[in-house]
Amino acid sequence: MSEKVDVVIVGAGLAGLGAAYHLAEAGLEVLVVERGDYPGSKNVTGGRLYLNPVRPYFPDLLGDERIGEVPFEGRVVKERLTMVAEDASTTVEFQSSRMGEGPMHSATLLRGVFDRWLGDVVSERGAMIVPGYKVDDLVWNEGKVAGILSAGDEVLADVVLAADGALSFIAERAVLRHRLEPKHFAMGIKELIELPPDRVQERFGVQPGQSASHLFFGSLTQGMLGGGFLYTNRESVSLGLVLGMGAMLDKGDVFQAHELMDAFKARPEIQPLIAGGRVVEYSAHAIPESSVNDMPRLVCDGMLLAGDAAGLGLNMGITVRGMDFALASGAIAAKSILEAREDGDFSAQSLARYEVALRDSFVLRDHRTFAAMPSFLENPRLYTLYPEWVSGLLGDVFWIGKSPKESLWRTIWNRVRRLPWISALRDALKVRRL
Amino acid sequence: MAQDDAQSSIEILSLEDKLGRNVFKIDKESPHIVIDHDICRQQCTLRPCLFVCPAHLYTFNDERDEVFVDYEGCLECGTCMIVCEDEALTWHYPRAGYGIQYRFG
Repeated sequence: MSEKVDVVIVGAGLAGLGAAYHLAEAGLEVLVVERGDYPGSKNVTGGRLYLNPVRPYFPDLLGDERIGEVPFEGRVVKERLTMVAEDASTTVEFQSSRMGEGPMHSATLLRGVFDRWLGDVVSERGAMIVPGYKVDDLVWNEGKVAGILSAGDEVLADVVLAADGALSFIAERAVLRHRLEPKHFAMGIKELIELPPDRVQERFGVQPGQSASHLFFGSLTQGMLGGGFLYTNRESVSLGLVLGMGAMLDKGDVFQAHELMDAFKARPEIQPLIAGGRVVEYSAHAIPESSVNDMPRLVCDGMLLAGDAAGLGLNMGITVRGMDFALASGAIAAKSILEAREDGDFSAQSLARYEVALRDSFVLRDHRTFAAMPSFLENPRLYTLYPEWVSGLLGDVFWIGKSPKESLWRTIWNRVRRLPWISALRDALKVRRL
Repeated sequence: MAQDDAQSSIEILSLEDKLGRNVFKIDKESPHIVIDHDICRQQCTLRPCLFVCPAHLYTFNDERDEVFVDYEGCLECGTCMIVCEDEALTWHYPRAGYGIQYRFG
């Protein structure tokens, strides 16, 4: 049996649904296939979505008029960053009226809720979403991608959009990528911990509808690239740990990833925040974190890649992004597909306009600006030496002991001169490239 | 008082209990992770699958001298496949309708 539609989209995540939203609006016959039972059922986020970059791509959905209908968990009004030492920690907290007022800057969300809602929106616009549908292979015609194959059934299309996530087996089928390399990925582990809404608000000092974001780096990853995160939701907190896959391989078999999660959770900085909470879900997901310099081709004859499948995740150190790139790349892919359709040409050459458009957009501009970040973040001193040093210094400054206290300058100088200066200078020089 | 105690404690669960909080639809018929024990024994010395898996599904069986995977609790992150650079793992997504179904994600 074979059917024919205008566009097949593999994966009802943010990239796939973002594209379907625009393609259905333009009147195309769009089929979105999703291997999970519903959109979001195979997805995990930390997480939060940055809204300013994506709003122009979805003005009807994320503009002031309808933003209230979007099932966000909360508007992030508070940012905390904790440098974690072995037995101490240093936290910076930032809040500003700019984040609490006017158009929303960023919001926390849960994929099982958000994607399902977006799926409904996209269905209402006329796209067909088929959950419980796993693509086994691509259909080829004269060297061009011509459709998808699932359990022996073919669905043909003018063009296929592979939005099938970080592991993108579809991209592999089309030889747009080869083996996934450990150094290009991180692993995220998350516990969703249920807490009554008033307790969340009390503990994090937020109002109803507001959220706090809290990132951690330091000894919790034992020198490995990565860190911890905590985002507050309406009646839960998302607590998790990210570990670079390359870093885990380098570290070797002296740790267990799941035990690091428990150790993080048991830290005195975390315990009071989640006390009395009940774990309702334990999840994990791969996160693309490669540099733009390692990015594969994003198009071939008859097919495009978007979202995590295109490797569009970006760890910028103190901000971590992916969902905004997924939504925007979906929208940009949709626009390119519509233009290619006008030309009646879905060849790689024609679809290359998508790569050009991505390069001109914030998506690849931000990736280019932060191209040096992935290798910078591999430096173990970021997770061991510096957090220990900062906490050590503050420990000396705040401590009043039995013997007379040294002058403030002396206390600071004693710590400063004990820094390994050559490495520290080298690291400081690298910061200039970020 | 009892309530206060409950509120001041945190839930440290065994992995089994954590996975028990998830919704899985288990495919008893076809495992989605298959290990090639020959490659595993002959080429891999580090065996990262034993320590990276967030659900700790990989264990080493000394008697049989081979790695065992309990694919039923798989969170489908794909980390084991990516770090298995000797490609001893055949890893694909579970069949449609099976595997983890995240309610929150």
